[in-house]
Amino acid sequence: MTDQSYNFAYLDEQTKRMIRRAILKAVAVPGYQVPFASREMPMPYGWGTGGVQVTAACLMPEDVLKVIDQGADDTTNAVSIRKFFQRTAGVATTEATSEATIIQTRHRIPEQALTAGQILVYQVPIPEPLRFLEPRETETRKMHSLEEYGLMHVKLYEDIARHGSIATAYAYPVKVEGRYVMDPSPIPKFDNPKLSDSPALQLFGAGREQRIYAVPPFTRVVSLDFDDHPFDPSKAPHDCDLCGASESYLDEVITDDSGGRMFVCSDTDFCRTRREAGHAGRLGEAQFSSKKIANSFEGICPPTGDEA
Amino acid sequence: MSRIEKITPAPLLSVRNLSKRYGSRIGCTDVSFDLWPGEVLGIVGESGSGKSTLLSCLAGHLAPDGGEVVFATVNGPQDTLRMSEPDRRRLARTDWAFVHQNPRDGLRMGVTAGGNVGERLMAVGTRNYGSIRDAATDWLGRVEIDANRIDDRPSAFSGGMQQRLQIARNLVTGPRLVFMDEPTGGLDVSVQARLLDLLRGLVREMGLSAIIVTHDLAVVRLLADRLMVMKSGHVVEQGLTDQVLDDPQHPYTQLLVSSVLQV
Ligand SMILES: Nc1ncnc2c1ncn2[C@@H]1O[C@H](COP(=O)(O)OP(=O)(O)OP(=O)(O)O)[C@@H](O)[C@H]1O
Ligand SMILES: [Mg+2]
Ligand SMILES: [Zn+2]
Repeated sequence: MTDQSYNFAYLDEQTKRMIRRAILKAVAVPGYQVPFASREMPMPYGWGTGGVQVTAACLMPEDVLKVIDQGADDTTNAVSIRKFFQRTAGVATTEATSEATIIQTRHRIPEQALTAGQILVYQVPIPEPLRFLEPRETETRKMHSLEEYGLMHVKLYEDIARHGSIATAYAYPVKVEGRYVMDPSPIPKFDNPKLSDSPALQLFGAGREQRIYAVPPFTRVVSLDFDDHPFDPSKAPHDCDLCGASESYLDEVITDDSGGRMFVCSDTDFCRTRREAGHAGRLGEAQFSSKKIANSFEGICPPTGDEA
Repeated sequence: MSRIEKITPAPLLSVRNLSKRYGSRIGCTDVSFDLWPGEVLGIVGESGSGKSTLLSCLAGHLAPDGGEVVFATVNGPQDTLRMSEPDRRRLARTDWAFVHQNPRDGLRMGVTAGGNVGERLMAVGTRNYGSIRDAATDWLGRVEIDANRIDDRPSAFSGGMQQRLQIARNLVTGPRLVFMDEPTGGLDVSVQARLLDLLRGLVREMGLSAIIVTHDLAVVRLLADRLMVMKSGHVVEQGLTDQVLDDPQHPYTQLLVSSVLQV
């Protein structure tokens, strides 16, 4: 009203203020789900509308944006969100984790350690970690406010009873700063240790469910477990076939019709950077992105083989 | 020589003038009684007489319009109606237990039998899978459910088994007071008898204090030390079970007892 000029980065002034307020509140109460009035975005739910709104509310003209989907910069989802912000905010974009000031992500935390001043924005489908066992929103809210989290362990108990170990591999529940139990979005549990004590600000946006939550820098994040079944981030017992990395999260890639397969870093920027620095794995030469042929595990970006 | 302290016995639960209305309709009104440690109190009365309303008010599921429900907590007597909600909910998952008539209301149908029994343990902070498992196995045994059903969901159980599972789930943390609303309700007669036997065994063995709502006088005869008879929201008679049943004073109780004898 006072400012007649168009807003920076897509959102109208009122929406931007409302989302920024929600973000501030989320930062003030780590792990607490703050309701916000999610707006229609020019993309369907499931394509990161929550993350897009958080990113849009944070973006400044001088920001450098990176967008990844399951670790890759070049999937349809990542490309379309990046294009959206190039068009609506005109910000610089990058694929290099170290150059980015804001990284919007679906389902991964970059391998390269984040630094102070960076913001990692997660796209969240279901923000409520207790939903699995308690569908009533009124009840889950009460459980959070009274710190009644026994139910979360019932879920882990069920896992062990059925599978012999905690089978939850994605969206593994965590406790933030000793208070709120939080769903870290469907990142692999391999990434959970990176949530804790990070110098970067981590923001989570759920569009359809209209929730924003946050893990401020240097916040303690603990993965829930049992004394006799401790949390295990687990990793495939392979090195990356392209860059030889032994410590990164790997995707299994089918290479031909006769059962050939390889393991490659899910973080494409990490893998490329290593190869450019001279590292090589078992099949070191190959120069394609894993994601175009990877068997997508969630179907939002189904492998078509001709996406390029 | 040490002086022998005279310990004044105190009731476990002391209820005074408890009332609940639904608009202009009376749910229950002006109910007062004491429940002593180790005692089982039966509440009987015809349908609509206010038994469930009273039990829900006692257990904190319903907010009464007035009265006191003083419970002997580990920190001394406290009016549970004036406790903070977190304190009352903590009480509900530690010292208290509630067995619903319909096991579906008291069980998590999507969770295995072991998880159902283990939930209260986890709620009070047990973080050792092995010990939760052991306690669940032990409790399934005590309610006569085969240990190899521990990883089955209650939906695969018969009604009687579900009810026994609900009882195990409630008793696993050793509550001091158990509320039961028609625990043998929708069950076949033979299944009812077995459940009653089991309940009686547990009550004696654990020295449980309990308040049991029922309209089955056989249940009361078998389980309750004392009896309270309700009609139209009022308590019309209370006393030792045998006395009330053998020598009913109030005309309504006389009718109730005689109608049972005719069956
Ligand atoms: N939620 C409610 N809203 C309005 N009136 C209610 C409600 N619940 C109970 N009542 C009324 O309060 C009175 C006592 O009901 P209550 O359910 O406590 O009886 P009851 O003794 O448990 O009966 P039953 O043996 O059928 O279970 C009845 O007149 C009933 O219609
Ligand atoms: Mg009733
Ligand atoms: Zn690699």
